[in-house]
Amino acid sequence: MKRNRPGRHPFGLATITWLYILWSLVPVLVAMRISFNSGKSRSAFQSLSWRWYFTDPAKSVWHDETLVQPLRNSIKLAALSMLITTPIGVTMAIGLQRWRGRLSKASNALMLFPLVTPEIVMGVALFLVFTQVYTGVPRGFTTQLLGHITFSISYVVVIVRGRLAAIGPQYEEAARDLGANRLQALRLVLLPMLGPAIFASLMVVFAGSIDDFVISSFLSTGASSETVPMKIYAGGRATATPALNALATIMLVFTLAAVSLAAIIMRQMRLRQGGAEDAQLGSLAAVG
Amino acid sequence: MANAAGAAPGGHRNGFWGFLSLPGVAWLLALFVVPFYAIAAVAFGRLDPILRTSDPVWSPWQWKFTAMGKVLDRVFGGDLRGVVVRTLSYVGLSLALCCLIGYPVAYYVARHASRWRGALLAALVLPFWISYLMRMLAWVNLLQVDGYFNRLLGWVHLGGSRNWLDGDWPTVVIGLVYGYIPFFILPLYAALERLDKRLIEAGRDLGASPARVFRRITLPLSVPGLMAASVITVLPMFGDYYTNTFLSSGSPRTEMIGNQIERDLRGTSQPQTGASLVLVLSAMLLVLMTYYLVVTVRAQRAVAT
Repeated sequence: MKRNRPGRHPFGLATITWLYILWSLVPVLVAMRISFNSGKSRSAFQSLSWRWYFTDPAKSVWHDETLVQPLRNSIKLAALSMLITTPIGVTMAIGLQRWRGRLSKASNALMLFPLVTPEIVMGVALFLVFTQVYTGVPRGFTTQLLGHITFSISYVVVIVRGRLAAIGPQYEEAARDLGANRLQALRLVLLPMLGPAIFASLMVVFAGSIDDFVISSFLSTGASSETVPMKIYAGGRATATPALNALATIMLVFTLAAVSLAAIIMRQMRLRQGGAEDAQLGSLAAVG
Repeated sequence: MANAAGAAPGGHRNGFWGFLSLPGVAWLLALFVVPFYAIAAVAFGRLDPILRTSDPVWSPWQWKFTAMGKVLDRVFGGDLRGVVVRTLSYVGLSLALCCLIGYPVAYYVARHASRWRGALLAALVLPFWISYLMRMLAWVNLLQVDGYFNRLLGWVHLGGSRNWLDGDWPTVVIGLVYGYIPFFILPLYAALERLDKRLIEAGRDLGASPARVFRRITLPLSVPGLMAASVITVLPMFGDYYTNTFLSSGSPRTEMIGNQIERDLRGTSQPQTGASLVLVLSAMLLVLMTYYLVVTVRAQRAVAT
């Protein structure tokens, strides 16, 4: 982009920006490098090895059941949250976009509240409701799953509604004029057009769930429902080996793979549809 | 959004759309509204006299406010005052640092980064996808006594044997900034990016210096964005209890209100105290949100006129 007034380049601002970016990313890179340490230290790097991933027969992520269990829990939780939340959120978004009346206004407000509720408040609320009211629900994984879905629904609604507003009603109206009934118009016209938004929702829910600490922790019952962030929290303070860094690195790779996949597929879909929807990536980032 | 509403509001049609939103609405009623109400029912409920377990009371007419009174006493004059003051100062300080670091970064990327914008934006978004706890773990690694940070200090002869993870407030504040600043920069970037460039050019054409243009045009126009960014960062910071615990080896010297809540509920099993504290915290945040809304509305009105 050319400025009308070339002027001086603000080197001071540029320096601050690049320093900030270094500061924000270098510690994580160092932590990832430590996961490949051949020695036991989490602060000094000796030499490169896969010891803490596979080769150590007892303490590597591959062999240590106390590290495999959280990994399994986290991935199961994120995958199920993603698969259950997205349909609920998508139908809710379509409904709220068109539904009129007082009840609809209340539902809209209700949908926004979880977005501004601090995690600790929601964690306490869910903890109390599952210990005092819904006592029939098996505590642990099930309550964690219900909690993750609860805080994810609003994200999906916001993402899908952004896309719905961009699409507008005309495609559905055309389908109706051509003889489709309302459900057919939804299924055959609107849903395919919502593809990128649905995909973005899946990935955002997955990433949000896998990153969650507070809700999982409040609803956990012990080792059997420990997730990776909880394991990092517990292990980071105690004497732990670089296997903890390896575990964190594996999670990071999972999340980044999901997000990159989402970005690539969305770009493909956009090219094919040719629509103007560059707000999509923005919403993906803004919600995360 | 209203123009995209589409279908004409016919009675039976409307019912169909309501039906579509039903699963989501029902879910949020059962697992967001009821739980929220449960906090109040526990806070204003009874304690079982023998088992000391909480006995929630659902009817507001039978609520008792003794537990809440006790908690308020502790907050305003008792043992919890220190924790509350500490929480406020940590959050205030972190927010100030976020503004100091985040504003220049957002401003530069939004207005001056031409060739590098894509890469810079990606770098600003990247922390969103890295687990929060992993980012904190990274600092725990760096700040070990024999870690890279101390070695760096030793290398420039500024000490280098300090244990930073032993309940130091600067460590916690920097940790909070590190954790939440991505949430600050991105909304601010979006606001600065949308800012009408013609106003800035007009200011320059009329002879104002760049500094004056910034002070008189850019900064006032970015107030709504700045407010939004601040609220997005401050809300989670107020409820944070893991950053400080993680970065200070659980030292009581850096405890925040979240630690107290977490301990009341999961540690010492005093759900009534914990629930009351959550209500106090929510009330505080509600005041903050209201202030934010008032300022935003006023700023919009000022821009409009």
